[in-house]
Amino acid sequence: MKLHTISINNLKRRKAKMAFLTIGLMVGIATIVTLVTLTRSMSSDIERQMDEFGANILVTPRSNGLSMNYGGISLGGVAFDQREIREEDLVKIKTITNHKNISAISPKVLGGIQINSHDVLLVGVNFESEMKMKQWWKVFGTEPKGEHELLLGSDASRVLNVSPGDSLDIKGEAFRVAGVLDQTGSQDDALVFASLPKAQRLLGKEGKISMVEVAALCSGCPIGDMVTQIAEKLPDAKVSAIQQVVEGRLKALDQFKRFSYAMAAVVVFIGSLIVFVTMMGSVNERTTEIGVFRAIGFRKSHIMRIILLEAALVSLLAGFLGYAVGMGGAKLALPFMAESKNAHLIWDSSVAFGSIGLALTLGLLASLYPALHASKMDPTEALRAL
Amino acid sequence: MALIEIKNVKKQYASGDDVVEALRGVDITIEAGEFITIMGQSGSGKSTLLSVLGGMNHPTTGDVEMAGVRLYQLPGEKLADFRAQNLGFVFQSFHLIPYLTARENVMLPLAIVTMSTAAKKSAARQALERVGLGAKLDRLPNQLSGGEQERVAIARAIVNTPHILLADEPTGNLDSKTSDEVMALFRELNAAGQTVVMVTHNPDNGAYADRTIHLRDGIVVGS
Repeated sequence: MKLHTISINNLKRRKAKMAFLTIGLMVGIATIVTLVTLTRSMSSDIERQMDEFGANILVTPRSNGLSMNYGGISLGGVAFDQREIREEDLVKIKTITNHKNISAISPKVLGGIQINSHDVLLVGVNFESEMKMKQWWKVFGTEPKGEHELLLGSDASRVLNVSPGDSLDIKGEAFRVAGVLDQTGSQDDALVFASLPKAQRLLGKEGKISMVEVAALCSGCPIGDMVTQIAEKLPDAKVSAIQQVVEGRLKALDQFKRFSYAMAAVVVFIGSLIVFVTMMGSVNERTTEIGVFRAIGFRKSHIMRIILLEAALVSLLAGFLGYAVGMGGAKLALPFMAESKNAHLIWDSSVAFGSIGLALTLGLLASLYPALHASKMDPTEALRAL
Repeated sequence: MALIEIKNVKKQYASGDDVVEALRGVDITIEAGEFITIMGQSGSGKSTLLSVLGGMNHPTTGDVEMAGVRLYQLPGEKLADFRAQNLGFVFQSFHLIPYLTARENVMLPLAIVTMSTAAKKSAARQALERVGLGAKLDRLPNQLSGGEQERVAIARAIVNTPHILLADEPTGNLDSKTSDEVMALFRELNAAGQTVVMVTHNPDNGAYADRTIHLRDGIVVGS
């Protein structure tokens, strides 16, 4: 016979009451686990989407421009002192402090060219990094592999009247149209994509880069710092961040997070209240019992240990069940809440330990006053008979 | 030297705007090995006197000395420790813990004592055998008759071999036959050297005691 024998036997006897107490606390913990896991999973899903979303830092050559206005009428502008990005400068981007946040670097060379008597914009790209960055591209045909293969925007293919598998002649060189892009609604529809080295040669811009797109965005990435770091490495380039879309999505998620935490706080408060009321009721029901304990020499601390041990056992069980139910709830809710279909649930041990720890803390805190109340019971009053 | 000395104990309660004097200057001396019954009508202060004697009810004035220890001078939780080591209680309604077996109920006072579980079990078995319940160790209180529950309560009170056994109307809820059996058990324990102080309103129980103290309106009117 130890003090814990009393606690455990009491829990066994008052099964219904203890089940109610466990469920009360479990619902609170499960709600927190569900909301935390959902927001984290959704956050991760958005981060993943962001990584796939494309460029969010744009590196262009620096130039000084002069706009000419007279009497409020724009007379156009001129760009002078045009500088260029050299291909060998690209490696410097990978040496910035936050280089681990860079998921893809896509250099491009641009220039006008005539194909079949049509003026088109030729873009030289590294197809591998370009396809990684623009995962929304849907290619009819195949992705270009060699130097003599092209990828055409939908409008460009219509104007040039070619389909995948057809040939095109550019500056006397024969190219095969490997693929045609589905309509994107962007400037990409009008472009002709070739491999970077080939385009550089066709445009007479060997070793030169017109612009670089850097994909680095994720919710935790310090984009501002990265822009500064790249600008320091490439003093002749203009580095700017494209953040607005992502910021909007992050803001929406942040609002959902705050709402979730507020809701979780309310549920936890109610759960704690249930624990408090049930434990207080239990203590009052056990007045005689506590009177007997005190009469036979139990100290106040012994009474507190009995009550708090009961609370701890119930809370631990509620914590375990709350985590399991919460994760189950999150798994069921995630497909309805997440933006993408392949969002996956994040299993995090810190959430497991956190939920059990939280249940224990809440259970003990809510039982502290009932335990104190029990320990301070006057044994004479408690027994009444004496 | 007397085992218990109650010196000019007064106990007042506030009841609304009134002050009730439950004990109005009680002086009693009890020797070791005595069997004392305290008798009196309802409201005479006998239960209050027992609770003061049991270290559970601070007297308004006066002193209680037990085995050389002035009970109400003990600091902090030392009074609880004193109860655990020196006193055994038998309550009118038995007050067994319903979710513990007979043996576990008897082991209750040992839950806060440092000794092996085997030794605790052995002590509980011996106490239950002493009250004739050696065969019903694992019964829950609701599986025992009133007399058997009383016996478990007595076994619980004697398991830690207390100096004094305090009993409050132990036969109050029992029929006359079972009452006689329980009183015979108290007598038997006393014969083995156990000091017993019992509050009762049943004059027949006085026949088992060495001495009966009569209380009326909070004062001793006869001994």
